Amino acid sequence: MARIEVPMPQMGESIAEGTVSKWLKQLGDVVERDEAILEISTDKVDAEIPAPASGTLVEIAVEEGATVEVGTVVAFIDPEGGAAAATAPAPGGAAAPAPEEAPASASSTSAPAPAAPPAEPGPDGEQSAEDRLRTRSTPVVRKIAEEHGVDIASVPGTGHMGRVTKQDILGFIEAGAPAAPAPVAAPAPAPPTAVADLWAAFYGEVQHPEYPVRQADTVEPMDKIRRLTAAHMVMAKRVAPHVHSFIEIDFSSVDRIRSANKARWAAQGARVSYTAFVAWAVSRVLRDFPTVNSAVSGNNVIYRGNVNLGMAVDLNPGLIVPVVHDADHLGLVGVGNKIIDVATRARDRKLMPNEIQGATFTITNPGVLGTLVGLPIIPKGTSAILGTGAIEKRVVVVTDDETGADVMAIRKRSLFSLAYDHRIVDGADSARFLSALKEMLESFPEDA
Amino acid sequence: MRKLGLVPYSEGLELQARLVAERRDGGIPDTLLLLEHPHVITLGSSSDPAHVLADQSERDRLGVGLFEAGRGGDVTYHGPGQLVAYPILDLKPDRKDLHRYLRDLESVLIDVASSFGIQGRRSEGQTGVWTELGKLAAIGIRVSSGWITSHGVALNVSTDLDYFGTIVPCGIADREVTSLERELNRRVSMAEASDSLVDRFSEVFLHDILVA
Repeated sequence: MARIEVPMPQMGESIAEGTVSKWLKQLGDVVERDEAILEISTDKVDAEIPAPASGTLVEIAVEEGATVEVGTVVAFIDPEGGAAAATAPAPGGAAAPAPEEAPASASSTSAPAPAAPPAEPGPDGEQSAEDRLRTRSTPVVRKIAEEHGVDIASVPGTGHMGRVTKQDILGFIEAGAPAAPAPVAAPAPAPPTAVADLWAAFYGEVQHPEYPVRQADTVEPMDKIRRLTAAHMVMAKRVAPHVHSFIEIDFSSVDRIRSANKARWAAQGARVSYTAFVAWAVSRVLRDFPTVNSAVSGNNVIYRGNVNLGMAVDLNPGLIVPVVHDADHLGLVGVGNKIIDVATRARDRKLMPNEIQGATFTITNPGVLGTLVGLPIIPKGTSAILGTGAIEKRVVVVTDDETGADVMAIRKRSLFSLAYDHRIVDGADSARFLSALKEMLESFPEDA
Repeated sequence: MRKLGLVPYSEGLELQARLVAERRDGGIPDTLLLLEHPHVITLGSSSDPAHVLADQSERDRLGVGLFEAGRGGDVTYHGPGQLVAYPILDLKPDRKDLHRYLRDLESVLIDVASSFGIQGRRSEGQTGVWTELGKLAAIGIRVSSGWITSHGVALNVSTDLDYFGTIVPCGIADREVTSLERELNRRVSMAEASDSLVDRFSEVFLHDILVA
């Protein structure tokens, strides 16, 4: 039976040891992966330690109050949910406290004087220790006994020092002890370790493969933004199945509004870029397309209650994505000013933490440097990103309003690409979203 | 960032527990809470009860509460005039170092002191920020499952330092406590102190924030 070790974790480069301050789970408890099972304290820090895997806590190796080095195994988890084994207390420590004796206070200084005698096997101690183990079986066993009205003392134990194991008690009940036993609820089976490990490796922290360096090369460490971006992009691309759709947008309507308001906006000191028009239109259209403003989370979909637009900003070198929160509550000029504000402060590295977080949809503008179109990566925790291509004058065929004839015209146009997470957004959803966006931008409301 | 004003200690604990859960689920971004507590003595996990000097009747007389805080560190005092900052941060994936986090919090506080022209410094083995006159700011944190932080720092702005007489601050008996006002010998508003703290906090932690 594979048991998974729970080591004292490395909580920091210069942290060599930790004190177990409190067991949050007891022997025999079923624990979920990442559920906090104990608390440790070091210096000025209290930290919860999560279970590395789902299963049953089958051994507690370090008692409360004991200080151990990083890496020391403090507990074992049985992923198959087997019965708890007998505990071996930490060397030199007092007996592992039985669950019901867990000290109520987190204080680790006072010795538990009235507790059971030490487990050191000795001529005198052995008998009482044996009694203790016999009667104080694991919580799982005691629970089963309780449910079936069985006195544990009457069950022959085959475990350590005659302790009654789960098999013992189940066998005893099945052999026709009191009432006809209902099927005993076993702890939920955890997935086999190998599969769990694969998932952990797949979704775990990103490792970039290394390559040999050649003579003329130079090697530099990635700076922090680069490292975060690299890890983020790998994860984002790995998890979300990306699909891209394109649409071409005519900017005549937007241009008309820009020229009409140019003088007024200049007088107000407002700066309303093409990107502001796009962001404004996106924020309005998103309200009607909840899947495009969502996130797949486990087996759920989180439909975001806000429209927070991430605006990708080139730091040259590097990239940062400040967020315009609640963009759908801002007017066109408000969106324009906010974009300039966060972009400027992004370049000056003066953003507040919350101004780079919480995006529900992202806009990136590869067109600003002349690129025809981009295939962006969907930021983690969102379902779509819009890439806006260069706005260029093109010859297009339009229908003359008066004569009804097809004629060639020169129009400012741009290719937009939408990258979307196909787990939640389908091709038709994306097409409807892009069409609605096109409609909005090509007949842009005068009062935006 | 949220400025909460005067918050009873128990409400502060509840709010933090809720925000930690929300931060873990990704429901909220990294968040900085700024507040003051009414007079209260709090015990950290390594508290020696002997470091609470005021007994029950003395505490009742002064209107000072007593709480188990669920953070690291020893006994401390909070009260009006003390700026308390609780960063609810997700330290994953690249800030998973608790000592570094403590040192970063100290950096923030040293920068805040320096913005007032006060030279704050670390003291080896004694987390917190110190001046010639004594301890200016205390630190005690908790890291919940999933590397989510809570609790944080307490900076004495215009604290009535006499209240520290009810405890042995952080279990260090031979050192005084000080405040921005005591250092500067002038009035310092909470707004002034919190503006400085927010500025320095974002400077120190900005580059650690996830980019999309």
